Amino acid sequence: MTAGNEFNRGFDFRAAIYIKYAQAVPLAYTIDRDLCIGCGLCEKVCLAEAIRYDDEPRRTELEAGAVILALGNDVFNPGNLDVYKYAEFPNVVTSMEFERILSATGPYLGHVHRPSDLKEPEKIAWLQCIGSRDMNQCDNPYCSSVCCMYATKEAVIAKEHSEHPLDTAIFFMDMRTYGKDFEKYYNRAREEVGVRYVRSRIHSIEEDPDTNDLILRYADESGNIQVEKFDMVILSVGLETPKELKELAKRLDIDLDKDHFVETATFTPVETSRKGVYVCGTFLEPKDIPYSVMEASGAACGAEEILSDARGTLVKEKSYPEEKDVSSEEPRVGVFVCNCGINIGGIVDVPAVTEYVRTLPAVVYAEHNLFTCSQDTQEKITEVIKQEGLNRVVVASCSPRTHEPMFQETLKDAGLNQYLFEMANIRNQCSWVHFKEGEKATEKAKDLVRMAVARARLIQSLPQPTISVDHKALVVGGGVSGMAAALGLADQGFHTYLVEQANELGGNALKLVSTWRGEKIADGVEEMVRQVEDHPLIDVYKGSNIKEATGFVGNFETTVSQNGTDVTLKHGAVIVAVGAEEYKPSEYLYGEDDRVLTHLDLDSAVASKEERITKAKTAVFIQCVGSREPERPYCSKLCCTHTIHSALELKEMNPEMDIYILYRDIRTYGQREELYREARSRGVIFIRYDLEQKPDVKKNGDGISVAVKDPILGRDIEIKPGLVVLACAIVPRDNTPLAQMYKLALNEEGFFMEAHAKLRPVESATEGIFLAGMAHYPKPIDESIAQAKATASRASVVLSKDELTIEGVISHVNEILCRGCGKCEDACPFGAIAVAEREEGRRAAYVEGALCKGCGACSVACPTGAAGLRHFMDSQVLAMVEAGLGG
Amino acid sequence: MSAEYEPTIIAFCCNWCAYGAADLAGVSRMQYPPNIRVIRLMCSGRVDPNFILKAFQLGADGVLVSG
Repeated sequence: MTAGNEFNRGFDFRAAIYIKYAQAVPLAYTIDRDLCIGCGLCEKVCLAEAIRYDDEPRRTELEAGAVILALGNDVFNPGNLDVYKYAEFPNVVTSMEFERILSATGPYLGHVHRPSDLKEPEKIAWLQCIGSRDMNQCDNPYCSSVCCMYATKEAVIAKEHSEHPLDTAIFFMDMRTYGKDFEKYYNRAREEVGVRYVRSRIHSIEEDPDTNDLILRYADESGNIQVEKFDMVILSVGLETPKELKELAKRLDIDLDKDHFVETATFTPVETSRKGVYVCGTFLEPKDIPYSVMEASGAACGAEEILSDARGTLVKEKSYPEEKDVSSEEPRVGVFVCNCGINIGGIVDVPAVTEYVRTLPAVVYAEHNLFTCSQDTQEKITEVIKQEGLNRVVVASCSPRTHEPMFQETLKDAGLNQYLFEMANIRNQCSWVHFKEGEKATEKAKDLVRMAVARARLIQSLPQPTISVDHKALVVGGGVSGMAAALGLADQGFHTYLVEQANELGGNALKLVSTWRGEKIADGVEEMVRQVEDHPLIDVYKGSNIKEATGFVGNFETTVSQNGTDVTLKHGAVIVAVGAEEYKPSEYLYGEDDRVLTHLDLDSAVASKEERITKAKTAVFIQCVGSREPERPYCSKLCCTHTIHSALELKEMNPEMDIYILYRDIRTYGQREELYREARSRGVIFIRYDLEQKPDVKKNGDGISVAVKDPILGRDIEIKPGLVVLACAIVPRDNTPLAQMYKLALNEEGFFMEAHAKLRPVESATEGIFLAGMAHYPKPIDESIAQAKATASRASVVLSKDELTIEGVISHVNEILCRGCGKCEDACPFGAIAVAEREEGRRAAYVEGALCKGCGACSVACPTGAAGLRHFMDSQVLAMVEAGLGG
Repeated sequence: MSAEYEPTIIAFCCNWCAYGAADLAGVSRMQYPPNIRVIRLMCSGRVDPNFILKAFQLGADGVLVSG
């Protein structure tokens, strides 16, 4: 029985019993009851007896103290839009469909084909904002935030996958690459990869009925109609809340806003209208992966705050038998070869491999199993270890990446050190990839097991010492992010030190008037300051600086200098929330004329209702001042929203004021788009300029004149404003000293670098140190608070433990061989190995086990063989090389 | 060189990327010749030049370091 494969968007087929996609967790089959004919044969043929065919859905009630909604969203269905002919023309596909086309596990195995005739396209067009920023054809006024980046990525990858030169063109209104390192990716796509970007409005798509090619008609920026032919058109569809989620929100009694996203507020960005219910991800607003992951941890922090009393109360501790000392024993290797049902056994001759294994030196036991990973086999392995006196175990089955921890548990249950275990990957890297060559696969399987046994004979028990954890935290920076992090930690019950260099808390937020939603920032900040100052678990150090820092995860020591007095604080985690600052430009008459202001200047002038603001008849805002320039190639993210919000405020004060916004792309992402629409409807005039032709601001007698070329009219225009507001870049502070003290990395622009842009967006590469707010990248208050709460949650993973277990696979130094040259220290990316005076007059390297990640770079750098990586010693690796080559 | 010639290749793969990629190739049932022997390391930074020389000395026709 077959049905359209939903995961591949119907481009290929799947059976009635299927795995949804290759990376599914758990990687388990499911039965499609609608497609199933009900024969029940599957239950009878399943060798593992894993199928209960007559199983029924069950209702389970859970008691929970908090709920986190991470429900995601749906992509917009363009089927009802007349212009794009999605339903009619086979070569018009959505961006989600094209994702599958590009994927190695997709319908065309990653080769770029078009659906109508499987021809490799030579020209592909992407159309942006389909189902986003659109009140006419659909009801989604917001920007979906992610499409500009994914279209760029798809174009770059399509070019990489294509065997011949592929022309890619992205038809867009504003290019919104506002996230960390996004602008650089956009620049690379445009300048190096050759993706074309066409600022345009789409008029229509027609199809050549003979070839299924598509004829795109569009208006370019100056309004002229252009016609171009493409092999394929990709619709960059936006995100929207599906009907089921709207209904679910109603059942859960959660308020949604007018765009059907969960209603939240700037200072409580992950809290829903119902107490105890938190939200994260695109159900809250369309957003990308890094920010979704931040919000997820932020929502977890919310739950941890209200459940802190219950932390650990449901934990069950597992106990193991005492570990046997095998160090003086000859190796006795037991090998378990897995059939994995028919996954291995159907291709590789498993009994022959098992027979062969018995001939290998040191192997005292070998057997094969239907499923070596099954529960009963684990019990069997435990028994065999005891009966046969095994002191090394080899499992020949699937990947250690998925199954090694489970088998290591079995060894621990049998009283063996978990590192006396080795795997041979004869499924993922043998039977599955050579399924047409059973004999050769069998020979390879024998080789792989021989290599594993050769290594197993040499591996040793490894210690896993524990270190104690100081449960206190240090937050560096007392702005909105630092305060949110401190509150998140303290509300979870962790004593927190908050260090701020200024004499008052609040940071940049003290200089801002209101959020784009209109909330008064002063109110929110004052409330935060009050909570921080009153919190019994927060010690605030104002007017203070970090002077010195030592230590590692769980055990940091930081010296804080306050008014010339030093105090040393001990803590288990660090949150860096030092913020950023506004760029002070040297162009556009800034500093020469007091009618030229930055955003922060404007906010304070508006707050005090200065006459130069209220009396101005004409205002000009200039965007991207210092941002998106060669020396600062990033978007400062905040400025478009701040400018438009300010423009509306000025209009509110003086409806007669003429306001011009000179911009490169308007980046009011997400629901901020609403401001842009409102500004246009209120008569704010938007004029686009290019980096090559920046506006010219000059003194003109007593007045100021601004000249800019209008790309729609195609001619220069001159404005004589009473007010010029510069949307200046957000630049990092001088972060180098702090980065050096805590061994943190900075990116090229000087912002702190996260461990992984998408998956670990708030962790630094140094364990136990986390990043929040604008120290990481420019971002608005709501995102800063969500990120700060995320750091509080991630830090609690460390702080809530009494001790940390150090990995066994780490480097160690033989001090007799070490001559203290320091090459290991230079090679270590984690600051885990350092040369120090170990005894009077003798310097040697020393490994801080808590920091070592086991990469082994030090052991390669060491000229004397003193530094070595446990479990991957030269002899252990070379034994595999030798065995792999027939030895 | 005869048409029968099949080189023996030793591959040193980083656990976190290349080794995972080799696993994914299996999940995706991508087929490739069976004359490669993968040695898993925790990082390609662990690959000592000696490992490569030793492999050639013992008869490897090619060595792949992937990470």
